[in-house]
Amino acid sequence: MNISLVMFLIFIAITLGITYWASRRSAGSAAYFAASRQIKGWQNGIAVAGDYMSAASFLGIAGIIAFQGYDGFLFSVGWLVAYLTVLLVIAEPLRNAGKYTMADVLAYRLKPRPVRGMASLSTLTVSTFYMIAQMVGAGALVKLLLGGYVTYNQAVIGVGILMIVYVVFGGMLATTWVQIVKAVLLMAGTILLSILVMAHFHFSFGQFFGAIGQVTYHDAKGAVVVKDFLQPGLRYKPPYGPLDLISLGMALIFGTAGLPHILVRFYTVPDAKTARHSVVWAMVLIGSFYIMTTFLGFGAATIVGPDFIKVHGGTNMSAPLLAQALAGNVFFAFISSIAFATILAVVAGLTISATTSFSHDFWTNVIHNGVERKPGEEVMVARISAFVVGAVAIGIAIVLGPTANVAFLVALAFAVAASANLPVIVLSIFWRRFNTAGAVTGLAVGLLASIGLILVSPSLMAVDPPTVVGTARHLIQAKAWFPLENPGILSIPLGFIGAIIGTLVSSEPSSQEKFNELLVRSNTGLGAEKATAH
Amino acid sequence: MANGARDLEAARPGQEPAQSQSIWDRIATSKEFQDLMATKKTFIVPAFIFFLVYYFALPVLVGYAPQFMDTKIGKVNLAYLFALSQFFVAWIIAGLYVKAANNFDRLAKDILDKADKGDK
Repeated sequence: MNISLVMFLIFIAITLGITYWASRRSAGSAAYFAASRQIKGWQNGIAVAGDYMSAASFLGIAGIIAFQGYDGFLFSVGWLVAYLTVLLVIAEPLRNAGKYTMADVLAYRLKPRPVRGMASLSTLTVSTFYMIAQMVGAGALVKLLLGGYVTYNQAVIGVGILMIVYVVFGGMLATTWVQIVKAVLLMAGTILLSILVMAHFHFSFGQFFGAIGQVTYHDAKGAVVVKDFLQPGLRYKPPYGPLDLISLGMALIFGTAGLPHILVRFYTVPDAKTARHSVVWAMVLIGSFYIMTTFLGFGAATIVGPDFIKVHGGTNMSAPLLAQALAGNVFFAFISSIAFATILAVVAGLTISATTSFSHDFWTNVIHNGVERKPGEEVMVARISAFVVGAVAIGIAIVLGPTANVAFLVALAFAVAASANLPVIVLSIFWRRFNTAGAVTGLAVGLLASIGLILVSPSLMAVDPPTVVGTARHLIQAKAWFPLENPGILSIPLGFIGAIIGTLVSSEPSSQEKFNELLVRSNTGLGAEKATAH
Repeated sequence: MANGARDLEAARPGQEPAQSQSIWDRIATSKEFQDLMATKKTFIVPAFIFFLVYYFALPVLVGYAPQFMDTKIGKVNLAYLFALSQFFVAWIIAGLYVKAANNFDRLAKDILDKADKGDK
């Protein structure tokens, strides 16, 4: 029997066990949506890291560094440093003033219905796009690893069903523990891989970096190339590369603090101080992980080589192939099942944040004016919407197929989070004059600007050679109108400007009167949601 | 769900007793609260600005001065070392923030204690 399959099944069995355990202790909204706010700081820190370190970072980053060297490592830097925005600006006020979603904080001062409606739309957009990228990745990975046993469609359906089961039966408690298990596995796998890479170079950094200085491969025309992979500029080339790099940095730095599946995690801890400590825990883990992408990425470039990776599954297989080259098939299976676990945990985290927003923001507060018509309705609606979200994601991932060009969806999620969510959260906490019209305009402009600019960016607009077929082709076969892959540099200021103009052209005295309440609540924790007993 | 739901109900505009609004205003204008905000600002604003400048120096320098950043330092180059330094700077700022935040917690606790007394 295929060893990868055995490891996949073991992970699935453990997570289903967790779900069964959690299902017996998650009655009521606070238990279901926020794990009764009883998660400890270090646990939540590991879970935040688990939610964040997606397949895009594990498989994707290793691949980008393996093929484009140093420029790929810049993603790693941004992904960690972004947590300073979360720590210094967002986490504590959010925990103090909110309940289950980011919209709770907005709804304090502003008119709840329009603000929650828009915030819910933006949350669902971010979560769904991000989820589809992960699902396509999962399907392609499983197909590659278990080709003889499982097809792409079966893999997508399997991942979809598992994520629905975690969320429907286990709620936030199960999702949190699935993240913790996954994060520990991912860290263990990454540390092992890093040690093996250094062992390959006889634990000499001199030899390691010497090898990085002369990576040899064949370029597109078949000529042999020797490149220094520490040299900047292999990915971000002039004329627009440098600007794209800054734009990417902005999307990461301001987007992380607006990612709904990260923000909901701060409601699972007892208070703001614990939320703060969980960010620090997350930063230690995430930082260590991304520093180790040096070994994963450059290790794959030097030990396996871009030529070999290209014909054995492509960039995303760099880390598993490195494992195979260093320690054989069992380790290959181990690293691959960690990648699988990573995807599964991240889609579960995305699903619960999407369903929480739909049921708490949209169903209870927009449609029914904040009243649960009968006890348990909010949780029931969340469970039903988990099925819907899961089914939609499965459907889209199957239609797109394994070769679909979906990498831009992760960039889009960050761009929407940075351009729509972050401006309104920040202005709502810090600007007395801010009002409902500003929030709705800011969310709408940020959302539309990010989607619009990505639609006309090189990610979706390019002329493919005829050899590229099906969904791997760019959506619009023409030269891109907007030259950058990442819209952040334009869409983030637009989100802020939209929010500011919307505010200035309207007047809402009640929002200004309630500013003091939000200010005191978010800074002192007075009246904050408490942990509940089981 | 019981407690949470009622708290949120109480906080919804229009359903709140008139004098409870003034509690928030009273705290917001109190000297203790102003001190807390001032203390927070003295740390968070410079820390945030420093981190933005330090971080964005990386893509700007790498993007616009790639040759300079490729300057060799031993076996590695300036670009890699500067990128690596970002991790440690982020950790140091986080550590300093946690230390400063203990002070915020102390000031906030005074305000909470006083508010509790005022309520009862």
